[in-house]
Amino acid sequence: MMKKLLALLAFITAPAFALAQEQAPVAQQETLEIGTSTNEIAITSDFSGADLTVFGAINDADPMLLSKGGYDIVVVLEGPKAEADVRRKERVFGIWINRQTISFEHVPRSYSISSTRPLEDVTSPQALNSGGIGVTHLRISPVGYFGDASDVATFREAMLRLNAADGLYDAEDDGVKFVSNSLFRASLRLPVNIPQGTHTVQAYLFKEGRQIATQNLPLNVVKTGLEAQLTTAAHEYPLFYGLGAVFIALFSGWFASVAFRKN
Amino acid sequence: MSIYLPIAELSVNIFVILGMGAAVGFLSGMFGVGGGFLITPLLIFYHIPPVVAVATGASQVVASSVSGTLTHFRRGTLDMKLGTVLLTGGLVGATIGVWLFSLLRELGQLDLVISILYVVLLSSIGALMLVESIRAIRRSASQKPVSFRKPGQHNWIHRLPFKMRFKKSKLYLSVIPVFLLGGTIGVLTSSLGIGGGFIMVPAMIYLLRIPTNIVVGTSLFQIIFVSAYTTVVQAVTNYAVDIVLATILMLSSVIGAQYGVRVGQKLKGEQLRALLALLILAVGVRLAIGLVATPTDLFSVVFEGAPE
Repeated sequence: MMKKLLALLAFITAPAFALAQEQAPVAQQETLEIGTSTNEIAITSDFSGADLTVFGAINDADPMLLSKGGYDIVVVLEGPKAEADVRRKERVFGIWINRQTISFEHVPRSYSISSTRPLEDVTSPQALNSGGIGVTHLRISPVGYFGDASDVATFREAMLRLNAADGLYDAEDDGVKFVSNSLFRASLRLPVNIPQGTHTVQAYLFKEGRQIATQNLPLNVVKTGLEAQLTTAAHEYPLFYGLGAVFIALFSGWFASVAFRKN
Repeated sequence: MSIYLPIAELSVNIFVILGMGAAVGFLSGMFGVGGGFLITPLLIFYHIPPVVAVATGASQVVASSVSGTLTHFRRGTLDMKLGTVLLTGGLVGATIGVWLFSLLRELGQLDLVISILYVVLLSSIGALMLVESIRAIRRSASQKPVSFRKPGQHNWIHRLPFKMRFKKSKLYLSVIPVFLLGGTIGVLTSSLGIGGGFIMVPAMIYLLRIPTNIVVGTSLFQIIFVSAYTTVVQAVTNYAVDIVLATILMLSSVIGAQYGVRVGQKLKGEQLRALLALLILAVGVRLAIGLVATPTDLFSVVFEGAPE
């Protein structure tokens, strides 16, 4: 693990140093490079959440600007997207009933964001909205809803709040640290209930409030062990799975009656 | 020690589940009931998604009915013909029930309907049983002779068409009420995860006038097949049977039941029924509170393809 990280550091710093020495007078365009220690995360049954560390470097950075803190890094770990139904309960004849539903599409099932500074200091709300960067700026649109727009906002807010309460959405506004001049390290939170599937690590480079580069990496989250096999069986061979459950029931019922008869 | 439930998608304390299974098994052995009406609400109180609680509850009913069914088979205390008509109704009812279940889940009203049905069912059955058992306790206290209803009298049910002869039950009875009773229980099995014995047995005795000695065996015959069928259909349509949860529950409940039976044999029938009635009422009241109490959050989020 440590070896891998060192190798990665060497790999990403080497070109940065090489290029820094050249220092051509030509207007340079900064680029971004990122790497993670793994591209697959195996969730075992005793998984209780983890931190993912993302390393990265800014190539062709202006040293003057770097020392002034003119560059900002934002790193996002976004889970697979799905449609989400948000429901609101109302009291009807004394009973609380789900009365209104608004469905949203392209909702990430998990979202963890880390940045060098609070997002509102990094750039303008407009830029965050257009890039869909940050929990409150996610580009999520309602499906098939033509009612009151203020309801949409309320439901959207409730969804983001609930997902944050579940630990699925997380924001760390000082989670990205520069370890040397142009090298940075970002830590992202993987919640206990992290969904299975292909996640994306996306890094953004901001220069004085303007987004100038972005980079992404896929990250596979797979559940392993007996539980994962059972989940697969339940969805892919549901008939056998159901018959299996009945068999266990019949067997345990029979077993108990036989085992206790002798006493 | 916590264990991850793959279908419910949450970690639970294994000892809580074991304790729950053992307690429900003990009670079901003591009172001679399947225990589905206790296990499902308990699982819901323990934050297991209602979908999973109901589907898994059905499999637990299978386990707790095995030993009783075997006993009645051996002794021949069941009417196969009557049981088959009940079962046919039950399978149709269970199919309708699972379909309704999926529909309500889609509409986001499943939790509500499950709770309401449980409240109505548990409070009415519990109240009836309590009144009946208190009367019985008073009767035995004043040592009056117990007067049984005469089964010979015919009611409107016995005037329905499509009659069939049930030799074992010594009855010449229309198949319509039998089929409908089986069907109603089937709907309840698949939508509430209960066996329904505590409704079916009184209905068979008081409405259909079936001799008491074969009632339990015949109802168990219907229950075990309908709940097994429900388990398979729930697994296929809603992917909601949690085999890890089911296995822990079943193992602990079948063992608990064996001890429950012994304690039950030492208690008087009417006292036992009064206790069971109080227990049923308590579960009903707890669910009713859940319906009327202001929820901590009015909003809820469900992702497509996740259990609710």
